[in-house]
Amino acid sequence: MTAGAAAGAGQRRRVGRLERSALAGVLVREIVNFSSYWRATTFSSTVEPTIYLLAFGFGFGALVSRVNGIPYVEFVGTGTVATAVLFSSVFPAMFGTFVKREFQRTYDAILAAPVDTEELVTGEALWIATRAGTYGCVPLLVAMVFGLDPSWGMLVVPFVAFTTGLGWACFGILIASLMSSIENFNYVTSIVVTPLMLVAGTYFPIDALPGWAQVLANLNPLFHCVEIVRHAVFGFEAVDLAHLGAIVLFGLVTWRLAIRRMERRLIQ
Amino acid sequence: MPPRSAIRLRGVVKTYGAVTAVAGLDLDVPEGTCVGLLGPNGAGKSTTMRLLTAQAIADEGSLEVLGYRLPEDSKQARALMGVAPQLDNLDTTLTVEQNLLVFAYLYRIPRSERKAAIERALEIANLADRRDAKVDALSGGMRRRLLIARALVHRPQLLLLDEPTVGLDPQVRQELWALIDQLRSEGTSILMSTHYIEEAARLADTVTVMAHGRAVATGRPADLVAEHAGREALEVYGPPARLREVEAEALGHGWPTRRTGTSVTILRAEDLDGRAPEGERRPANLEDVFVLLTGEEVE
Repeated sequence: MTAGAAAGAGQRRRVGRLERSALAGVLVREIVNFSSYWRATTFSSTVEPTIYLLAFGFGFGALVSRVNGIPYVEFVGTGTVATAVLFSSVFPAMFGTFVKREFQRTYDAILAAPVDTEELVTGEALWIATRAGTYGCVPLLVAMVFGLDPSWGMLVVPFVAFTTGLGWACFGILIASLMSSIENFNYVTSIVVTPLMLVAGTYFPIDALPGWAQVLANLNPLFHCVEIVRHAVFGFEAVDLAHLGAIVLFGLVTWRLAIRRMERRLIQ
Repeated sequence: MPPRSAIRLRGVVKTYGAVTAVAGLDLDVPEGTCVGLLGPNGAGKSTTMRLLTAQAIADEGSLEVLGYRLPEDSKQARALMGVAPQLDNLDTTLTVEQNLLVFAYLYRIPRSERKAAIERALEIANLADRRDAKVDALSGGMRRRLLIARALVHRPQLLLLDEPTVGLDPQVRQELWALIDQLRSEGTSILMSTHYIEEAARLADTVTVMAHGRAVATGRPADLVAEHAGREALEVYGPPARLREVEAEALGHGWPTRRTGTSVTILRAEDLDGRAPEGERRPANLEDVFVLLTGEEVE
């Protein structure tokens, strides 16, 4: 009997893609690591959007009392959810996956285990999205301290924040897999991340912008997140389904692209 | 019945652009044995290791690991093997125990066996009393032991060791040799790449000497020595001018030689007749074979 026949008999089934146990392995690694740095991350993810909220809310709030019929502090409070989601997903995804790939060689260790690149990328993105879904709610809580009334619709905010975070996490992983030097991330931050953060209807409504900028804003996944969150707080509209569709589409595209590019980096 | 192979490579080729890292490699690791992959830096040892975990995909040839064909079924093969890489990729901000816990999950150890598996790995690494220490705080030798124990947490049938003792003190190196020897005696199949001759000579049942991406010789260390370097070597010492003279003389007689920094070694010294120059006779060793076959000097 040959080696192949002996080992093969009952086992030669094709293993599935995206196996739960492989995803669990990647997630457990992240969770165990998180236990050693959660304080710093939680601090910055909480304090940063709060500062934006306070600065804009009270700074501009002194000049502008209401936007589209909403008190300005509440307008910004709901909008900053998207900023919090963006910051807590795209940056950990870009820097984290780059460092794990190039400096810590963590991905070499994980891929030597029964884990494929697709599972690795998906696991990383799910974990980052979970964090973004949680930290994304912080601005709402802060806004509530400043007088925002709770509403049932707010219960969907963590899910919207998670879904948006998933897209931005995959975007960040995609960027990290395209770059061969960590310095290049500065270009992405200045050219992509910062403009998209500002032109998302977070701090000022996009209907005040020129027509072309409004079209561009509609291509900004963050804008759709801002709209759903605001509607979740002040009342849903039919168009929110389209907004959700845009976020899901963004996530699907970046997810597949991130897997493909990361595989090209890791498997040579 | 022929012995089963834990690893079986035939005609494997792997190129990176214009560089051919592996050029038609045949390699066998019979089940339950330790095979040393011996070669100078750049011979293709690390690429071979990456091919075996499908972290590199061969351009040509067939690869079989534990009965699974690569790369198609590499995931099943990876579940049954452990890998200790050359570059330490432990999670340095985690504790010893947390590192093992993460790998217990990555290698899908069932919940009921996880705790026992981690304890066993701590024993192997001899780090039970340092379980709560951060990896950052461990010495180089401890880290390497942990790296190997991490690869053993799921009781793999096959262990890949890439340069397991590179950069370690002689004493630490011997500790690791004892560990590897113990694993082999327990029946784990081992493929160990190394460029330390002594490591291969002591630990490996068979040695495959690699040069320029292919296997240039395979056999038991003693057989390789007998076949390629004979029984005895003659070391002739002297100033550079004298060494050149000896080399010229040997060339004239057709004696095989190798140059080490301070001497010329004439191989197969047992066949020399009375014409042999003055020198020290010693038994031929694996290093002679290595230098003869790879054309490289030993570090």
